[in-house]
This record gives sequence, structure tokens and C-alpha cells, in this order.
Amino acid sequence: MNMLECRNISKSFPIKRGYLQEEAGSLKALDGVSLSIGKGEVFGLVGESGCGKTTLGKVVLGILPPDGGTVELAAKRTQVVFQDPFNSLDPRMRVSDILAEGLALQGASGGAIRKKLDDITDLIRLPKSALTKYPHQFSGGERQRIAIGRAVLTDPEFIVCDEPVSSLDVTIQLQILRLLKDVRERFGMTYLFISHDLRVIRFMCDRVAVMRGGRIVEEGPAARVYSNPSDPYTRQLLSSILEVRPKT
Amino acid sequence: MTGDKILQIRDLRVSFDTPSGIADAVDGVSFDVRRGESFGIVGQSGSGKTLTALSILKLITPPGRIVSGSAVFNGEDLMAADEDSLRRTRGAGISMVFQEPATAFNPVFTVGYQVAEAVRAHQAVDGRKAKDIALEFLKRVHIAEALKVYHDYPHQLSGGTKQRAMIAMALVNSPELLILDEPTTALDVTIQAQILDLLEEIRKEARLSILFISHDFGVISRMCDRVAVMHKGRIVETGATKDVLSSPEEDYTLELLESVRALG
Repeated sequence: MNMLECRNISKSFPIKRGYLQEEAGSLKALDGVSLSIGKGEVFGLVGESGCGKTTLGKVVLGILPPDGGTVELAAKRTQVVFQDPFNSLDPRMRVSDILAEGLALQGASGGAIRKKLDDITDLIRLPKSALTKYPHQFSGGERQRIAIGRAVLTDPEFIVCDEPVSSLDVTIQLQILRLLKDVRERFGMTYLFISHDLRVIRFMCDRVAVMRGGRIVEEGPAARVYSNPSDPYTRQLLSSILEVRPKT
Repeated sequence: MTGDKILQIRDLRVSFDTPSGIADAVDGVSFDVRRGESFGIVGQSGSGKTLTALSILKLITPPGRIVSGSAVFNGEDLMAADEDSLRRTRGAGISMVFQEPATAFNPVFTVGYQVAEAVRAHQAVDGRKAKDIALEFLKRVHIAEALKVYHDYPHQLSGGTKQRAMIAMALVNSPELLILDEPTTALDVTIQAQILDLLEEIRKEARLSILFISHDFGVISRMCDRVAVMHKGRIVETGATKDVLSSPEEDYTLELLESVRALG
């Protein structure tokens, strides 16, 4: 059985106008999206801003109810890593509290939590002293490590990574992507990996779906989609990748 | 003519006064931009590349300040120039395109008004002529409905069209040097490709010299003849783009390139 089965999902948002905010129409953010993700797979969702990829991530997680269609998720525990590690960590909580919150909600004992926090700092390669600090004391890359630590701690079977490296410098991007790969290999969870960056998707994913205007225009094994794209929009996207080589 | 230098930066230092002391954000930077070339500065966030660009036009605001250095543009040291002279140079001799087209325009005036305003700031023309010139440049950057866009407010335009209009505004006074500070970073990849094509086309047509600031080695390698790599306020390596890409001399450059190449 697959980890995720989406059938014909649609989701619209009202467009409001004027002082009274009257509904002037609606925007189809998702327009009949179907996809399935196998257990243990890293599934990439790529597209440009406004194509609906984040909305799909939210619908899959149950954060947003779809207007139509069905979502079947085999995971009991899900997690999410967001794009912006500056807004996704509560500035008034210490790192230890940020990390422990999910565990406490799962009913873990104080001793078990302390043990897990100790282990997780090794995994995300932060010193133990990080636990007593606040988010503002860390760089963007370190904050994203904390966000990943928080996601992994509750032992999720399925994680949505929504542009997890878009706000980071390239050298830090690579460290975070490698960490996400390590984590997945160690714990064997399934990723829905959302990004606008085709290079990041190629680095991370087994299969990929290309979204445009609320629809999936192409889907398949990453190697096939990148080497032999069938949709004109995918081809346009791929031709926009700037390889690092001297200009001709 | 390539080889003749349009801009010479020597030992530029920019510091910030902070509660915990003085921070050197740009720490003794020197480079030349040759006439007709496209020169890139690549580095990660906080490396000082944008401050370097802003200092050339003396646009650094407190708590930042230019501590020392010279920026000789066509024989004139801009660091020693008075405000009047600087005002003539900004926009006419050297113009600049910023990263965020959404915030670079004033939201309460139409796009056309602002482009025409740039014309009138440097050219002795009446309103009608300024509008004609503005429209001509909006067309030159391939904005399909130039007249409509002229009367639109910035928020009515897509990011790509806004950046085209920004580029039009930067070109109306026929500058010799165009400073581009991450001009495509805020745009989707397909739009980025279009804007880079446009910049190449304009550069050839107008025989512009370009200083191109970016964190993206892909963009730099596509656009620049020579490149300087910045790290922590210093230029660690300068050379022909093809040489820097094929045989970087500094560890930091290698690290940057490996990070990009590891992603394919």
C-alpha cells in the first residue's frame, strides 16, 4: 500500500474586492490533482510561485480541507519543515522547549525527553549548549537544523518539506539537504519535497511531479523527467536551469 | 574598446558602528570594471557585495559609513565628488537596478510617471517629450502593452514586468555603467531566463559596461566576462569567469562552486 493517495483534489480561494470585501470570484489553487507516493519514497513537487504546490502540501497534511477529492494518508504521525526558519520557531521558547513540545504532547516522560534531546543534537550537529539558547541566537542554517530536529523527534512516518532550503545560502543549502537525506536513510520516512528549484529537486527526489496553474502537468521518475521531459512546460523549466559554466 | 577602465575601485572600506564596536562590512576592496565588459561580484549573504555596489554611488546610510577608498568613474573620484556632481552621475553616468522590483518603485505613483520622472531629472525636456522617451524605453525592454503599463501602478504588474520597467528606468538616461544588484533573484526561473536574455540584448545594443552582483554562480557564469568572489568583506579571488570556474585558486571559491555543482 502507498503512503499517500490523492484523488482529484480541488481547492479554490475566494477573491475579495473593495471595502466590503465582497467575493468577486475565486482562484483555483488546485484543479483536479491526483498523485500517489510510495512508502519510503522522496517525492518532489516542483513549480513556480503560485502554482499550488504549497496548497497541495497543506491539503495533504489536513491543514486545509480540500473542496473536492480524497486524501488517503497511511501515516499516523506526520510532520512539516517550512521554508522560513525565522518565522517557524517561536522566538520566546528555548530550543529545548521547541524540540520537546511535540514529545510532551505525545505523552513522553521527562527522562525520555531528555535522552531524546541529547541524541537529536548529535544528529542535527549542534552542540548541547544549543538547547538552552533562543532561536535568534542562531544563523538561518542552524535554525533550519532545529526545525528538522523538531520534525524528526516525534518519529514521523511522513514529512512535508516545503522549500526547506530556499532562504539559505548555497553552501548551507547543501548541508541541510545532506542532513535531510541522512535523516531519511536512518529512519526510513517518506518525504513530500516541495521546491521551486529544479536542481534541489533533482538532488533529493526519486520521483517528481511538475505543477503549473493548480495542475500536475507531468509526473514520473526523476531521472526520466529530467532527461526526457514530455511536457512543454517542463522543458521550458529545465531550459531555465543555469548551469555553472563559462558563457559562450 | 575593452581594456580601458570605466570604474576603478581602490581599497574601499565600509564600516558599521554597532553597540559592540565597529564592524568592517567591506574591508579593503579593489577591482576594475573595463569599458564594455560585464564584471560580476559573487558571494553569499553578508559578504559585502551589495554594500560595495551601494558605496560606488555613495548610497550608504548610517550606521554604515564609507571609511576610506576611492571609486574613480571616467576619471572622477566619486568619493571626493560633491552632491551636485554625484546627482548628475547617479542615473545618467551610472544607474542601478535593485533586487526587489516590488519595493524599488514608489507604490503611489504610476510606473510611467516614475520612468518619465527619471528622464526629467537629467534631461531638459517637457512633460510630453519625457513621456515619449519613457514609452520608447518601456517598449525597448519588450513590455507588450507599454501604454497600459505606463498608466498602471506598480502593484498591478507582475514581478517580471516590474523588473523590465525598472530596467527601462535605468536606461532612459543612456548610462555608461549599469549596476545590477541581484536583478533576478526575486523572480521565477522562467522569468529569470527572460530577464537575463533582455540584459544581454541591451548590453550589446547600448554598449554598456555592467557590474553584476549575485549570490548565484549560475547567473554570474552566464552573464559575466570576469568575476570577483567576495567573502567576509574581502575579495578573495578575481579573474576571467572561465578561469575561476575551471581552476579556482582559493579554497572558498572551490567550496562555493562545489556546493553549486553538487546539486547538478
